[in-house]
Amino acid sequence: MTSVTYHDVQFLEPAKTRNYLNVDYGALSWLLTKDHKRIGILYMVSISVMFILGGFFALMMRLELLTPEGDLLTSDTYNKFFTLHGIIMIFFFLIPSIPAVLGNFILPIQLGAKDLAFPRINLLSWYLYMIGAFTGLLVVIIGGVDTGWTFYTPFSTQYSNTHVIGTTFGAFIVGFSSILTGLNFIVTIHRMRAPGLTWYRLPLFVWAMYATSLVQLLATPILAITLVMLMIERFIHVGIFDPALGGDPLLFQHMFWFYSHPAVYIMILPAMGVASEVVAAFTRKKIFGYTFVAYSSLAIAFLGFLVWAHHMFVAGISVYSAMIFSFLSYFVAVPSAIKVFNWTATLYKGSVSWQTPMLYILGFIGLFTMGGVTGLFLAALGLDVHVTDTYFVVAHFHYIMVGGAVMGYFAGLHYWWPKITGRMYPEWWARLGALLVFVGFNLTFFPQFILGYLGMPRRYHAYAPEFQVLNVMSTAGASILAVGYMLPLVYLLWSLRFGRKAGTNPWGAVGLEWTTSSPPPKDNFHETPVVTWEAYDYPAMLKAMGETQNV
Amino acid sequence: MSDVTVHADEHVHHPFLQHQFEDLGQQHEASTLGMWVFLATEILFFGGVLMAYWIYRTIYPEAWALAGEQQNTLAGGINTLVLITSSLTMALAVRTAQLGSRRATLVFLFATMLFGATFLGIKAYEYNAHWHEGLFPGSHFTWHENPELAPKVQLFMVFYWGMTGLHALHMVIGVGLLVWIISRAWRSHFGPEYYSPVEVMGLYWHFVDIVWIFLFPFLYLIPHFGVLHG
Repeated sequence: MTSVTYHDVQFLEPAKTRNYLNVDYGALSWLLTKDHKRIGILYMVSISVMFILGGFFALMMRLELLTPEGDLLTSDTYNKFFTLHGIIMIFFFLIPSIPAVLGNFILPIQLGAKDLAFPRINLLSWYLYMIGAFTGLLVVIIGGVDTGWTFYTPFSTQYSNTHVIGTTFGAFIVGFSSILTGLNFIVTIHRMRAPGLTWYRLPLFVWAMYATSLVQLLATPILAITLVMLMIERFIHVGIFDPALGGDPLLFQHMFWFYSHPAVYIMILPAMGVASEVVAAFTRKKIFGYTFVAYSSLAIAFLGFLVWAHHMFVAGISVYSAMIFSFLSYFVAVPSAIKVFNWTATLYKGSVSWQTPMLYILGFIGLFTMGGVTGLFLAALGLDVHVTDTYFVVAHFHYIMVGGAVMGYFAGLHYWWPKITGRMYPEWWARLGALLVFVGFNLTFFPQFILGYLGMPRRYHAYAPEFQVLNVMSTAGASILAVGYMLPLVYLLWSLRFGRKAGTNPWGAVGLEWTTSSPPPKDNFHETPVVTWEAYDYPAMLKAMGETQNV
Repeated sequence: MSDVTVHADEHVHHPFLQHQFEDLGQQHEASTLGMWVFLATEILFFGGVLMAYWIYRTIYPEAWALAGEQQNTLAGGINTLVLITSSLTMALAVRTAQLGSRRATLVFLFATMLFGATFLGIKAYEYNAHWHEGLFPGSHFTWHENPELAPKVQLFMVFYWGMTGLHALHMVIGVGLLVWIISRAWRSHFGPEYYSPVEVMGLYWHFVDIVWIFLFPFLYLIPHFGVLHG
């Protein structure tokens, strides 16, 4: 049997054919598109707007916390700001970020497919997202909401006089958009892989998206039904969760976290997928322990469903169930650690190059590890009681969600930007941006670990004067972080016009997406590719390149 | 190299083969898997509210028993029968579409739609009765017999209206989809090569039926089981 290596594949010459961007023009060709690539771009634009909005609320909070007194925002406004920050960043930015933007764009190409299995449902999911997002924006305009992103009852149903129903309706709708994306990915991964692309030849990004999709499908409906019950309770004043009318507020918390804990994995698993791609590409090595990395995604998705009540240790659940949830929570660390060890092992003796995606991913690995280890602190029943509802928790989940998920998103954005747009971003500026994000992030959130451990509670607009120094550091870090996030907005837009032409495979990376032109043609490939190589076959590629050079 | 390349244009394109699929077999498998995955989501959706229902049934057995007595078991029973029959006609519609007999497919699809509409009619009759009995939760809710249990009886009725309402919404969507499928069957779209929409419709319909198979005993038959008569 002749073995065909990755290097033998004929690379498409760019720009000789029309690509997905210039195949047709006009607003309607975008708003009614069924092309997964264009839908990915629509998502990219929409979530960027939400990211800026959510970031604005975060900055305002940090400004308020510059001084111990509540002088910039009233406590009511502050309540609304942290609520809106949380809701916007989680439901409207992080949940759709990597799946709906990069997954939409890259996943079908990585599978050698022409599109996702259900292009119209894919477009529908974007419209649902937009309906949810506009509902959210409307709520911001007409006065906001102050329940915290967790919507805890009975405050949210009986006492809050802000726009709870509008907000929960927005989250409810955007949930369906998330479900439909997950559904599309699962069916596409099962049924539309190119000939020869077996499960164990799939890029690990695909495995990560598969695990993510499972969580989206099985957890989101629980949030949906919970929010329906919440809306009913608030609308007609009955006691589903209100203890005064016979309801049980703990039930709300159980059901809410049954979604919202797995939702953490909806945010972090895709970033882990990006990390595997980038680490292999920029070390020129096969990923260490492919099957372990692949199955650890599924293990995280599965274990993620068994740990929700660790958010409720002080909520009055039985101490025995708390012990079991504490015990189970430790287990999630195992597959996460397997990934970190495998990425690190891949780095070992690799020819590491320090391009921007790699900088973000190296940052990701470190920050995710910090977030994960402090997560173990919080899984420990006794220690959790000490730091519940303090800035320690805030710091912990920002290390996972910003240090992990957002860094992963930016890594993927830079890694695939040449493929998406056909242009290179300016490397020097991008490296500066990555550095600013890393420094700014740590300066913002590391002091919060200390603040939390010292006892500063979250969700207050004023605090004791002895906490000021650390808060000033945190606010200073937030301003650096803001600059770090604004930079890509500028230079990525700049690169659309002035960036160097990327070519088919600017990174010399292995994977089907790097065999088609940049930007890809409308149907991704001119001929259905046949895969005859293993995932991340960099050794074979380097060998082939070496032979070419020797000739 | 050319021997490992698949040429997409070798296929003769079926009018309903979408461009992203290689052939009708792949398209069919994707469609059915898509519906199965969607139904998994639906199970969790209904599962969440069923769990909440069960928890309150455990906490408030007396109120549940009293509220269960208010349900029209006869109407619910007839509706169960209607739905099970509609599942039979739906299954037959899938089979006949597969065999390519247009006339039989149309008859069975139409019968399914009719049974669906009958179900909704009977449900509307029950809703109307509950409304006039003051059993709609909220400010109009009236319960005089044992006032201390009123909030809990109301809680049962929240679940009753919520769960049957969600189910009825699924039925309305199902009937709407049937209208679309019937119009396609009328235009002879289906045959042995291409019948995926009918099969996918069938999967959805059977699922909505199965949801009712859970709701009927939960809401009509067992609320008082083990409390008043057990």
